[in-house]
Order: sequence, then structure tokens, then C-alpha cells
Amino acid sequence: MKLKDVISPFYVWQRAFEKPYTNTKPIDTRPGADAYRGFHVNDIDKCVGCSSCQTICQNHAIDMVTTDKNSMPGDSGLRPRFDYGRCCWCALCVDICPSGSLHMSNEYAWVSDDPDSFRFTPGVDEKPWYQHEQGYHRDPNYNLLKLERAEMDMLSTEEGLKSFDEVVSGYNHEQAIAEADRCIECNICIATCPAHMDIPDYIKAIREQDLEEGLRILYKTNPFSATCGRICTHRCEDDCTISHLGKPLAIRWLKRYIIDQIPAENFARILQDSCEENGKKVAIVGAGPGGMSAAYYLRKQGYRVSVYEANKRAGGMLRYGVPTYRLPDDQLDKDIDYIISLGVTMHYETKVGIDIEFNTILDNNDAVFLSTGLNVPSNLRITGEEHPRVVSGLQVLFDTASGNNPNVGQKVAVIGGGNVAMDAARVSRRFGADVTVLYRRRLEDMPADPEEIKEATEEHCHFVTQAIPVKIVPADNPNQAIIHWGEAEMVDDGKGGRPRPILQDDKMHTETYDTIISAIGQSGDYSFLSESIRNDLSLKWHKFEVDDRQRTRIGNIFIGGDVANEVADAVSAIADGHNAAIGIHQYISEKV
Amino acid sequence: MNLTHDFSPTPEVDLASGKYVKIWHGPQHPGITGNMSLELTLCGDEIVNCKTHVGYLHRGFEKLMERRTYIQNFPLVCRIAVPEPTFNEYLYSAGIEDLAGIEVPELAKWLRCLNLELMRLGSFLMWLGGASGAFGMSTVYQWTVTHRDYILDLFEEMTGARIYHMYISPGGVRAPLPDGFKDRCLMVMKKVEKLLYEVETTVLNNAVFKKRAIGLGVISSDMVDAYGVTGPNQRAAGYARDTRKDSPYLVYEQLDFDVITATGSDAFDRTIVRYQEMHQCVSLIRQMLDRMPTDGAFHTPTPNVLHWKIPAGETYVKAECTRGEYGYYIETDGSEYVRRVHIRGPSYTHAIAVMEKLVIGANIADVAGLMVSLHTYPPEIER
Repeated sequence: MKLKDVISPFYVWQRAFEKPYTNTKPIDTRPGADAYRGFHVNDIDKCVGCSSCQTICQNHAIDMVTTDKNSMPGDSGLRPRFDYGRCCWCALCVDICPSGSLHMSNEYAWVSDDPDSFRFTPGVDEKPWYQHEQGYHRDPNYNLLKLERAEMDMLSTEEGLKSFDEVVSGYNHEQAIAEADRCIECNICIATCPAHMDIPDYIKAIREQDLEEGLRILYKTNPFSATCGRICTHRCEDDCTISHLGKPLAIRWLKRYIIDQIPAENFARILQDSCEENGKKVAIVGAGPGGMSAAYYLRKQGYRVSVYEANKRAGGMLRYGVPTYRLPDDQLDKDIDYIISLGVTMHYETKVGIDIEFNTILDNNDAVFLSTGLNVPSNLRITGEEHPRVVSGLQVLFDTASGNNPNVGQKVAVIGGGNVAMDAARVSRRFGADVTVLYRRRLEDMPADPEEIKEATEEHCHFVTQAIPVKIVPADNPNQAIIHWGEAEMVDDGKGGRPRPILQDDKMHTETYDTIISAIGQSGDYSFLSESIRNDLSLKWHKFEVDDRQRTRIGNIFIGGDVANEVADAVSAIADGHNAAIGIHQYISEKV
Repeated sequence: MNLTHDFSPTPEVDLASGKYVKIWHGPQHPGITGNMSLELTLCGDEIVNCKTHVGYLHRGFEKLMERRTYIQNFPLVCRIAVPEPTFNEYLYSAGIEDLAGIEVPELAKWLRCLNLELMRLGSFLMWLGGASGAFGMSTVYQWTVTHRDYILDLFEEMTGARIYHMYISPGGVRAPLPDGFKDRCLMVMKKVEKLLYEVETTVLNNAVFKKRAIGLGVISSDMVDAYGVTGPNQRAAGYARDTRKDSPYLVYEQLDFDVITATGSDAFDRTIVRYQEMHQCVSLIRQMLDRMPTDGAFHTPTPNVLHWKIPAGETYVKAECTRGEYGYYIETDGSEYVRRVHIRGPSYTHAIAVMEKLVIGANIADVAGLMVSLHTYPPEIER
């Protein structure tokens, strides 16, 4: 033992007068670090109520509760409520938040004598720390979600233009698994889908490589999955929660992946649709997606179903309106053949009102479902439109689908900005024509799918917007027509609606074309209905009024598809068919 | 000095004789490093028998982990060793990455290593205060805990939290270093270094401390492997073993350091080894701040964590924590949940088995000092 060992401990006195490092709250306060994980902040308008925070929370500290927010497409209307008796401030909820609405402030002290106050809904209950700029935000380079889509193999534009072969190749196994892995199972898409398909469930089936289960899930709500897997307007993807920070899931391609992997001959074994006869009869007018969807669900419940179709083959607009490079015939047949195989009686080339009276059908069946579609092209309502070189977009598509060359010539003008216009333009390109699309409003006003517009542009369709056709006059060459069109100016309507195009008389153009295709809309032909029935069924803007089960004012008549549906796309018609089947079943069961 | 250990069981004592008295040391005794207790049988003030008791803070982590998804376990594991959570975070992540075949970016390795060494320093500082307190020098405790607080401030900046950092996640780390962190960290290192010299003056060169600690709780060299003694406890017994050297992980291969050993194997030498390892920590942290890359990716994307499945397999990953070898055995079965996790913490050996043996013959007043000199964390015993 040295003397030093006895003396040196007295060194402790040196620090006796040092200021302590701790602070005396509430006199002193010390803010948390910039990235401190303090109390939660939720941007209530950015949040979509997807529940991912609730799913990932290992402490069950988060409940989704209703607030003043209404649920709407892409937003469940629910918001997370935090229970600070359970929270451990791990911030996994912040890391997973797909809308980027949730983060944390750097506030860490909260004193209250009311234990219930520690359960609160950030963004709804007013708290002082919402104004703090500091606090934990997920680093942009740290991501628990996969924001990029699995690449889809497609034909090059040049290849695509050479034939009517399908452009999109479909996912292979690895691509499908990678894409399916991105789903966060928030179920927001289910509410958006008109058919309310169990999207997260069939995506899960892909992840778990149980495609047969996937097929069963698809057929619960949609018997046109091969079709919808290709040409659906996929509003589910528009509302996909992942789209807030990244690319939405390729839900449509995933659906297609399931169907593509399973050969048609296995459907019966997998789906096990028994169709036990119940002795009741239902007639369906129109074998489009709505009619055939209703036929499927009715047949499954044991109804004897007869379908009346004016054309040679079933499919309606899917067959005669959608070109085969988007929906090949064999894929449409895959859907339709399975439905027919369940014992649906088809009456092709039977025009109701001509070949058979509507009232005969009505009298011979317990109920009737009408889904005749919109197949009368709207007129341009300009002088000279009766010129033989002016044809409708529907006609061009019908001819093409029927295997006839529509002979559009070398130089084509397409008037309109909807999907039919895009299809007619792209079909004309495949017949080798130079195509100009004339649209009266701006590019962003076009009602066609953005992806159709994009692909049409890539295929070198020339877009002229704010162009209003004025008249069509014969050209010197009888196989040509001259169109006069004027430039339009967009004028605000003063009511907050979309601006209206106003023709400017001093900016007129003329151009000669081999074919002028008009595709500015279409309407229904209801002449097969008797005057009294037509009066009883209420028509509004050329569409029938129906309720959520497609019921009309006449008990045994149900109507769906484009003739009733505002949206007028395939998946809505399919959903209508399903709803009508439920409605008809209810109606007949109650009547007995 | 007795360097061979008698492994025969302690003889039963006749409590009815009136010669002995039985007391409970803990679980609330301040000298016990957390919630565990020693059931001591005394003859006068000399201990003749000891039984260790745990179970006061059993939370069943290993079982809890089987019911949580891989990402949900990440905020859970840090709670297994409260004063030193980072090693759990690192080992859990390293095990999962091994099983899932995920390669961690270079920057993440440096950040993880920096985090671990800061943690080691903070943990040693708290221990140093505890050790001083156990030998009657509570003033030093206040100094070291203040300095640990400086390190917690650094953690707060770096990770967003002071104690449960939840920083090292499967795939990498959660965030890069904030601006100006290096300077602030170097400043803290300077303060800590100054403190260490003060501690040397007041504790290591203290007649009372020397008198009490030298010769206390000698771990004989044949006990080391028989009981699985690791870390500074083992190195103070003359074994130059350190997981950082023997099976290097993260970036330790690129850093300069030596394994520190001593020969006395008593409470004093264990303190000396830890004291020198604190200097070593400061040096490692400085080296890392100097050499680490300043930018680049810090996290490798994992599959979607909400339904992350890991192929069936098993792995054992280990690291050198302040107390010795810390290991995670993880088994997966291809589902979204881990099949089994076993956590090997050094405290289990040191606090339960070794303590029972070392304390025999010691003075009641030295029990706290002896216990602290083994540096154990009861939460990690009861996982």
C-alpha cells in the first residue's frame, strides 16, 4: 500500500462544485433530439386508413376508429388511435405507413391525471406537438415497402404494330411472386372494385403458390377473370395504397397470372360448381359480360338459364369492341366456354323483338335480365356525315373482330377521345394507316384510359386536341372525304366544372382523309321493348334506373351493364350481372 | 492464491444448531445488479452457503418471439438486456440476415459497429459507477452516470431514443448519422477519457478499494471452461479470448486493438481489465469515426415485412458484449414466425453458477462488490 493510494481519493473534491448535468423540469426543459421518437403526429388528410400501422404494431397499441372522415374510394375513413399505455415508441408504424402521413414529434413529456387521455387519435385530438417540425420521420432511403413494380414483358411497339397479337406477355413465376409480395393487404381495393373481388386474398394465394385456391377466390365474384386480367379498367390500382409513395400493385396482371397458369379443362375440377336444378327459369338478353356473369351465378344456383344473343358469338363488346391485341379471342372463350359448360342454353343470332318477341320471353320465364349494351353509335351531328367514307368506330372494331378488313385506307382521322376512339385508331394503325385523332378538348380531358392514350401515342397515332369538326364534304376522289375543323379555345364554365371548348371561327383547317372514323359515344337500342314496358321502366339520360340489386319498377325485369351503369366498363357489367343474380334469386325465392 | 477449484457440492449446514443465520440478499438490495437475489447462510459474517434465485422479471421473450413476425421481434429484443440493448438488436438482425440470405451494406456495418462500441462504453460507465458504489464510493457513480448520459445523448441523436434504440434492423440500420455527429462524438470521447483518468486516481489507486478487491472472488483457471466463463471475467484469469478477435464480425478486422488480459482473476483485476477496455472502446470509436464511409446505402431492402417468410434453417450468431460472449441461436421453419430462439447471455453463467461458488468464504460486506465485479444483468438471464 502506497501513500499515494491514501491521498489520491481526495481528488473527488475537485468536482464538488460542478453544475449537475440533469435539469430541473418544469423550470428547465430540454427538447428531444431532431430525430427523437416522441409522440405521434398524423396528417389526417394524407392518411387513407389502410390499417398497416395497426397490423405491424406488436403491442396492439393501435386501433382503427371512425372519425368525421367519410369513407370514399381509396380511403377507408378510419384513422389510427394510439394507446400510450401499450405503445413502445418503436416507430414501426411510421416506417410502414404507405401514405407517408404518420410521423413522430420530438416531444416526450406529457403529464395528465386522467389515464384515458393517453389514448388519443393523432390529427383529430388537438395536441401541442403537432406544430413541432423535429421528430422521427422515416428516412427516404429506409423502406419497408417495395415501391417499384415487377417489370412486365411486352412486345415492342414495332412488333405490336405488325399483327393483332397480344402486346402484354403476362408475368412469369418470379415476376408474379415478386409483385404479389408487395401487397400490404389493406383491403382498400376491395371497396373500390365494382365487383368487390377479394384482391388481397387471391394475391396471397399467388404468394403461397396455391393458384387453384386463387382461381376459386376469383370465381366467387368474377367469372370473367381471363378477360378482366387483361382489359379491366383496374380502378383498384388507382386506389392502391402503395401508389401514394410508389407504383400501385399490378393487380390486373396478377389476376391474369392465376388464370393463365390454369388450363381451362381443369376449371370444373377446381371450382366444383354443382348447379343442382331448382326448376326455375331465367332468360337473359345479351351475352356480354353482364349477361354471362348473371348466367354463371344463376346457373350455379340451379336456374335454367337461356341467353339470347343477336351476334354469332357470345362476349358482346368484349368480343366485338375490344381488339385482339388487348384481349385475344381464345382468352375470352376460356371465360365464356366455362360458363356455357355449366348448362347455359345459348340462342345465337336471335334478335329479341325480331326473331322472338320480348313478351314471349317474359311470359315463359320467372325473371328476365336485360344487358343489351350500348351498340348504336352517336352521330357527329355535322353536315356531310352521311358520306360513305365516314364510319363509326364500333363498325371498324366489329368488322375487325368478325375477321373482315374494314378497308380504312392510308390516311385516317378518328374523331373522339374515348376508349373506342383509341381502339379504332390503333386498329387502323395495324392496317397500315396514318392516324390522326381529333379531340375537342385537351389531352388531360380525354375519357380514355391513360394507358390506352400512352400506347396509342407510342404507336404513332397523331393527336390533335382542341379540334372541333365542322363539316364533311366529298373529295374529288370518291374514296376520300374532306373534313373541315376549327381550333377551339377552352373557356371556364364559371361553375367550377371542366372548361368548355368554344370554336374559333377564324382558325379553320381542312384535310382530306381516306376514312373518317367517328367515335364520340354510343347509346342503347330499346326498340324491342313495348311502349308500355318502356314507360314503366324509368329511363334517365338513356339509361335505366335500377337499385343495388339491378331491380326495376317491374318485378321480374332486372337490368344491368352499360344500359344501366353510369361507368359502363366491363367489370361494372360483371358486377351488375352478379348483383342481378342475387336480386333474381331473392325475387323468385320470395315469390314462391 | 488458490487457482484450483473444488467442484464438490457445498456441505449441508445444520440451521438448528444456532450457529448459522440465513439472510436474503436481494432482490431489492442495492448491491444486487437488478432483480435477482442470493439466499445466504452465514456463520458470523462469513458466508458458508449460497443459493441464487431468479424469476423476478421473467417475461418469456423467447416464447414471445415465436408469436411475432420477424419485423415485430425487432423492437422486442432490445428489452432482453436493459442497460445494453444494442447487442440483442445486432445479433437478432445478424441471425435473420444469415437465415434469409441478406447482405448488409458496408456503411451499415460501420454504423452497427460504432453503435455497439458506444453501447459498450456506456454500459461499462454504468458498471464502473456500480462497482465504485458497491465499494462505498458513490460519488464516482454520479460522475460515470453523467458521462453515460453524454453517450445516451449521442444515441438519441443517432437512433432517436436513449435506451431502447431500435436502430439495428434486419437489413442494416434505420438511418444514417446526423450532420455534425462526428464532432460531438469526439467531444464526448474527450470528456470520457478525462473521466477515466480521474477514476484511475480515485478508484484504482484507492487504498480502501485495493484492500477490499484484491483477492476477492477469484475465478480459478480450471473454472473458466468448466463453467463457461467469458468476457472480461475470463480475460482477467489470463485467457486471451475475445470474440471480436477470434471470430471477427462487422468491421473489427479493420480496426487495431489488442486483447486485454490480467492474471489475478479477482475483483480488482476484473476492474482493471474493464477499465482498460474502456480506453480501448474510446480508441475504437475514434478509429471508426475516422475510417468509416460517409455515404452510401445503409439498408438492404427486405421482402415485404408484413408477410416475410424465411426458409427453414438454423443459425448461431455471436458477439462480444461487455460481459462476454452473447449468442443467438435461431431456428426457422419456413413460416412467417421464428420456430425457436435461444439466447445465450453470459450473465446466466456468471450470476447463477459462478456466483454461488465464489461467494463461499467471503465476507457479507463484500457480497455486493463481488457480485458487481462479475458484471451481470439479470434481465438477460430471464429471457
